[in-house]
Amino acid sequence: MTDAYLFDHVRTPRGRGKSNGSLHEITPIQLATQVLIAIRDRNDLDTRRVDDIVLGCVAPLGEQGADIARVSALNADYDTSAPGKQVHRFCASGLEAVNSAAAQIMSGQSDLCIGGGVEAMSRVPMSSDGGAWFMDPAVAHKTHFIPQGISADLLATLHGISRHDVDSYSVESQRRAAESWSKGYFDRSVVPVRDQLGLTILERDEHIRAGTTVEDLAKLTAAFEKMGESMGFNAVALQRYPEVERINHVHHAGNSSGIVDGAAATLIGTEALGKELGLKPRARIVGFASTGSEPTIMLTGPSPASRKVLKRCGMSVSDIDLFELNEAFAAVVLLYMQDMEIPHDRINVNGGAIAMGHPLGATGAMILGTLLDELERRDLSTGLVTLCVGAGMGTATIIERV
Amino acid sequence: MSKTLSYVIDKDGIATLTIDVPGKPMNVMDPAFNQDFAEATEALIGNDEVKGIIITSAKNDFMAGADLKWLLSELNSQKPAAEVFEQHYTVNRMLRRLETNGKAVVAAINGTALGGGLELCLACHYRVAARNAKTRLGLPEVNVGLLPGGGGTQKLPRLIGVKKALDLLTRGSHVSPEEALELGFVDELCEPEDLLAAARKWLLETGDPVQPWDKKGFRIPGGVGMEAPDHGNLFMAATALVAKSTKGNYPAPQAILSAVYEGTLVPIDAGLRIESRYFSTLIMHPVARNMVRTLFVNKQAADKLARRPKGVPKREVGKLGILGAGIMGAGVAYVSAAAGINTVLLDRSEDDAERGKAYSVKLTNAGIEKGRTTREKADRLLSHISTTADYSDLAGCDLVIEAVFEDRVIKANVTRQTEAMIPPDAVFASNTSTLPITGLATAFTRPDAFIGLHFFSPVDRMPLLEIILGEKTSDQTLAWALDYAQQIRKTPIVVRDSRGFYTSRVFATFTNEGMALLKDGVSPALIENAASQAGMAVGPLSVSDEVTIELIYKVDKAARADLGDDYGAPSAIDVTHEMVEEQGRLGRREGKGFYEYPQNGRKFLWPGLGNLYPIAAQQPSVEEVKNRILYIQALESARCLDEGVIMEPADADIGSILGWGFPTWTGGTLSLIETVGLTEFAAECDRMAKAYGPRFLPNEALRRMAAEGKTFYD
Repeated sequence: MTDAYLFDHVRTPRGRGKSNGSLHEITPIQLATQVLIAIRDRNDLDTRRVDDIVLGCVAPLGEQGADIARVSALNADYDTSAPGKQVHRFCASGLEAVNSAAAQIMSGQSDLCIGGGVEAMSRVPMSSDGGAWFMDPAVAHKTHFIPQGISADLLATLHGISRHDVDSYSVESQRRAAESWSKGYFDRSVVPVRDQLGLTILERDEHIRAGTTVEDLAKLTAAFEKMGESMGFNAVALQRYPEVERINHVHHAGNSSGIVDGAAATLIGTEALGKELGLKPRARIVGFASTGSEPTIMLTGPSPASRKVLKRCGMSVSDIDLFELNEAFAAVVLLYMQDMEIPHDRINVNGGAIAMGHPLGATGAMILGTLLDELERRDLSTGLVTLCVGAGMGTATIIERV
Repeated sequence: MSKTLSYVIDKDGIATLTIDVPGKPMNVMDPAFNQDFAEATEALIGNDEVKGIIITSAKNDFMAGADLKWLLSELNSQKPAAEVFEQHYTVNRMLRRLETNGKAVVAAINGTALGGGLELCLACHYRVAARNAKTRLGLPEVNVGLLPGGGGTQKLPRLIGVKKALDLLTRGSHVSPEEALELGFVDELCEPEDLLAAARKWLLETGDPVQPWDKKGFRIPGGVGMEAPDHGNLFMAATALVAKSTKGNYPAPQAILSAVYEGTLVPIDAGLRIESRYFSTLIMHPVARNMVRTLFVNKQAADKLARRPKGVPKREVGKLGILGAGIMGAGVAYVSAAAGINTVLLDRSEDDAERGKAYSVKLTNAGIEKGRTTREKADRLLSHISTTADYSDLAGCDLVIEAVFEDRVIKANVTRQTEAMIPPDAVFASNTSTLPITGLATAFTRPDAFIGLHFFSPVDRMPLLEIILGEKTSDQTLAWALDYAQQIRKTPIVVRDSRGFYTSRVFATFTNEGMALLKDGVSPALIENAASQAGMAVGPLSVSDEVTIELIYKVDKAARADLGDDYGAPSAIDVTHEMVEEQGRLGRREGKGFYEYPQNGRKFLWPGLGNLYPIAAQQPSVEEVKNRILYIQALESARCLDEGVIMEPADADIGSILGWGFPTWTGGTLSLIETVGLTEFAAECDRMAKAYGPRFLPNEALRRMAAEGKTFYD
């Protein structure tokens, strides 16, 4: 098997995913185009050598439809020989794109690929592509579909995770994100988003709320309680989990991932081609795995996916220096830490999506990059990145610095 | 000419087709009507003189849906799927033929049109309805476990939009002609006498023979699929709300959602095929059979006093006496006075009796407030109730119902005092829920005129009356008791004397099984959720709190004292001893039982239960808990049938649903056994007997029936 190496990665800052967000006036094709341009230019890349461009996108319709990976490459003036495909594994799409790119290298079928993702959530709202999963009554019924926020509350209820637990975690996420920004830990990888005039539109994550306290969060009302009761979802949850007497609704906007706009790209290839093109390998992709989990709660995939990839790589939790688990909801991370016996100081050390936001199709590639930067900064060796995934899945990837 | 309809053609070429199904108060659809209708419409379509068609009814109402008695024979069909589909798709084909025949058709809706009746109207090109306060228009099929299979799930959304149609279809609700006009599935209203003229006018002046959905560029109001961004949330919530209300036990609302969802994304003909497919799945499903048989056909028979002995002249109660003005006595007084019966409410003091009458005052006041009754009607009702502490006021009573404390000595005492005052042909009834009638009858010198009338609380809301025959109760007494049931509009079932009779006896197995599950280490939340998912109105622990754990404990103590060597302790009765004697948790009335009842907030399971009955590490599946809860009740009913406590299976089924809220989808306790299959049910009970105790051992009669391939309703 050929080794796949990470040469570089870039991401946009994350804009608030609302009509008043800074990136709302930037098209998703622009977000994708600008990260492709950035990763090309800073690596002096001859795009004729790019074998494939794989981008994750979770609402691939409208202006995000029609294979945004290929079209953004054309828009970024990549050589026409560089093809592109868009992949969808819900929230892990960005990591899936990286894995898919790496797989092409590892299988010997490609030498240089780009993996990344894009999501302009302010412009193409979550779930706007519909889907049989929740729209087709027979399917929604059969799979006991409930919206993810209620799944998160159900998960917290099942595992005795309290409102105070999730709020405390979130305060720390905000603190870490703010500190990482202020100390410049993201500077190397974040490329500002510019307008048609070349003027900067956004250069920092704008969802972040530095200085948030537990007392601030305590004032927020649980976001999914009313919907759970009035629209029947709590009843559906209990039909799937009849051991639960009542759902304890603990999640709200302050302890759930933020809705944001953003894009990311990573450059992956063989050692030989890297040498030829003057690209320095920063890390090796050791292995990756995806797995399915119970779809009603749908947020418990990270542990089995992590165990699966660790096993495949002949490693254990203690072999991993740092972890990144997407902060979809605070309870997801708390459960993972408990389940995998990982102390808080080894996971999400730069904060996460609760503070900075979760642009669905891009996040996986973004946090992979964050992990690599932090391993380098601390001069550590191995990292594991994982995400929980809609419809009950988990995806995980292990990298090792070289 | 055909029997169920006739038509005339006037000089303008307008044919008026009048439906008049013989021997029925309301027009109903059955194969004979369908054939007549198909033939008549073909004749009109093929007749060149005919320019347009009016469809109306000769009866007060337009048309109801299918004839339920005929329908019942089609339900739970074992025919091949292709045959079932073909049979029911025929109706869609016939109505489709009508609406695409090239001649305009108007429905002249003179009165109520429901189900198939309304679907016939939807297959017309124009609907004009008479203004009539009594007219109801709707598609209530969901209430009998079906979906509107004559195009209703396709044409209603195409007329009024998916959202409004889903609401009407999944709730099975009906509306007035004015509301139908507003919603958009009636085109015009007129005075009843102008109905045919209005229909004619439209045919002569407009007469468009093409349905909107057959016109080029047709778009469903509000859109569908990707052009209706709100449909994601609409179907998502509708599906969850259906799951919440059906617990997955009733396939019909789910099938309606699917028929509308899938059918509105394709052209009408494909939509109608999709509808017929889903309709066929429901026809073949036992739940529709169960619901139609018990809740409609058999309940209607019970309400018409199917169990009344023949040859006894009808006797309505003119004057009623009630002994004891407690909760039950007060409730019986209310329903009797509401039926216009002069009622004497007797208690130890005039004040006590007045307190019983106050219940009727409270109910009538609430009724006035909610607009359900008027001051005048309320006053008339209240004037029928007199209160007293004097037994001589019972003189002239046709029926006296005793509703005093459950104590033999007290009951015997009031019985004797009453007998001295009432006419020699008066019937004496006891409202006891636990004490055998034959024993109570010994205090009455005419035991043939003594009977049990077991009401359910709250009497004004619970529709069932369990009539208990003592050993010596005469046919005449039973007949008169049934006449009274009809007078007060309760659905009667007739059972023989036994401890707990039928309903209390079987209900006790439900609460006992809840406690047995607790003892087995099953998590209390799982017990309660499983019962709710099985379709019980409330969980066994919750209902035990409601009736009070103390009452269950006391009833058992009384049984123990009465029965001596014949007493067999219920398997989990020790739980009531623990709760009452050791924990002092008597039930909801005292604010603590299996649940905690915080002052301001929802009740929650008492956390201390986990210490008393530690939760086992290995929990059973929810299916297993559901089956334990349902099967023990079904099995006890089978025993009641075997012992002759139940004489007619329909009584067991009706009594279980109306009496203690056994799930409707099952069709009742005995229908559940039929639904599972007698052989499989007996085998499951044997397995459970091994796992949980001998209370699950099937009785021999059940095993025999299973072995012989019999069912209860053969």
